[in-house]
Amino acid sequence: MKKDEIPQDPGALGRITKEVCYATDASGKYTTELSSGWDVKIQALNVAWEDIDKRIAVAKQKVLDGQASPIYFFMEYRLMDVALVADYTGFWQWQVKRHLKPEVFKGLNDTKLQKYALAFNTTVDDLRTMTVHDDRV
Amino acid sequence: MTEFEHHQAAHCESGVTRDLLNTRTNGKLTEPLVFGIGAGLFFANIPFIKINHGPAIAFRTLPGHIFRRTCRSLGIPVVRKKFFSKERAKAFLDECLANGQPVGCQVGVYYLPYFPREYRFHFNGHNLVVYGRKGEDYLISDPIMENATTLGSYELERVRFAKGALAPNGQIYYPKGDVELSDDRIKRSIVKGIKKNVYNMLQIPGSFAGISGICNTGKKIKKWRDQLGLEKAKLYLAQLVRMQEEIGTGGGGFRYIYAAFLQEADAYLPGHGLIEISKMFTQAGDMWRTAAVHAAGIYKGRLSSQEDFDVMGDHLIRIADVEQQAFESLKKIKWQIS
Repeated sequence: MKKDEIPQDPGALGRITKEVCYATDASGKYTTELSSGWDVKIQALNVAWEDIDKRIAVAKQKVLDGQASPIYFFMEYRLMDVALVADYTGFWQWQVKRHLKPEVFKGLNDTKLQKYALAFNTTVDDLRTMTVHDDRV
Repeated sequence: MTEFEHHQAAHCESGVTRDLLNTRTNGKLTEPLVFGIGAGLFFANIPFIKINHGPAIAFRTLPGHIFRRTCRSLGIPVVRKKFFSKERAKAFLDECLANGQPVGCQVGVYYLPYFPREYRFHFNGHNLVVYGRKGEDYLISDPIMENATTLGSYELERVRFAKGALAPNGQIYYPKGDVELSDDRIKRSIVKGIKKNVYNMLQIPGSFAGISGICNTGKKIKKWRDQLGLEKAKLYLAQLVRMQEEIGTGGGGFRYIYAAFLQEADAYLPGHGLIEISKMFTQAGDMWRTAAVHAAGIYKGRLSSQEDFDVMGDHLIRIADVEQQAFESLKKIKWQIS
């Protein structure tokens, strides 16, 4: 890629930092240049997030319909799967799967809920009520 | 205070390695040199692993390898530690910092507070340098960021003990002691790095890695539309592009770094035709970009026919061809180190 072809499209990362790119100058020699982002990459990221947002919405509805516990919602919200939730909480995978059931979830004590809250970076109250605050972390 | 200077880099691990070695080696190493000596270029499409419900495709070698290979090749002793206990991980880090030793840390990006949320996935192969401490805040040099930053002690612990694939387990690494790097040593390491990379791309067994991996991925892509349905195939292509253009490698990324490496290597080892081969990698980088643009046409919904998927697959097969020629040329070189 030539230096003057380095894309400068505005995207999420561009708000925080620019990226270093290696590209060639007029004499063909490699040099570095900053890029604010590339539309092709920004769109790829958008596609991924649309899919994630869809998953989160489905999970939320399932919890509201009484088919799953809020742990299911937070699992999708934090982009995790059962294995990862088990890793973060220290529960076995079969336990996590059990806790995904609303009736089992209702019986969990605060110590157990606290482990989930920590894994999802939220509080026990917010976990119970499926409340999220704007920032994702 | 620790002697350390933050520099931005195109790729986290080669950036961390360069910055950690900088003061130890009198600033002789650049990011491309580190990337090349560490044999950073790779391709792997691991069929039985899924990341975020999509294919796991890597465009560079496993996290940790660039640092390890570079140091070993240059004869620099290394300290590397993993921990079971968070307390001991913190104590060891604090001890290093108290001794004025900046350290490389492998971390997960999901809970990194300074990353934009759109970029936070459960990817644990990120690298940064911790170079100091101010009260409960740690001074952080993340090579993909323009400026140095800080992390609270809990924030740092959480990313050092991120869970899932490639879990860092609080991993810390740093070069031990100063080294006098002779040009001769660098020359030998360059040759060694190139040979290692030739092996990884041309000769590695199995059909999912190296050149044959690129080729096979191209063939697979042609089947995605039928096998997965259009929606999922779009997601997969978006994931391919995201992994190719991962944070901090903007634009065919690793191929360009490798091309830059060969140019620098030519200054050390002239007369081996490295400049010409460098151009082949530039071409490969450009082709990866063109392929990404085509993929974008598909995932943005502008293109959707089977023919569009065939074109996409053929792009990869052609890239495999160019990279194969490039590595074959590197393989044929009769090295003369004066």
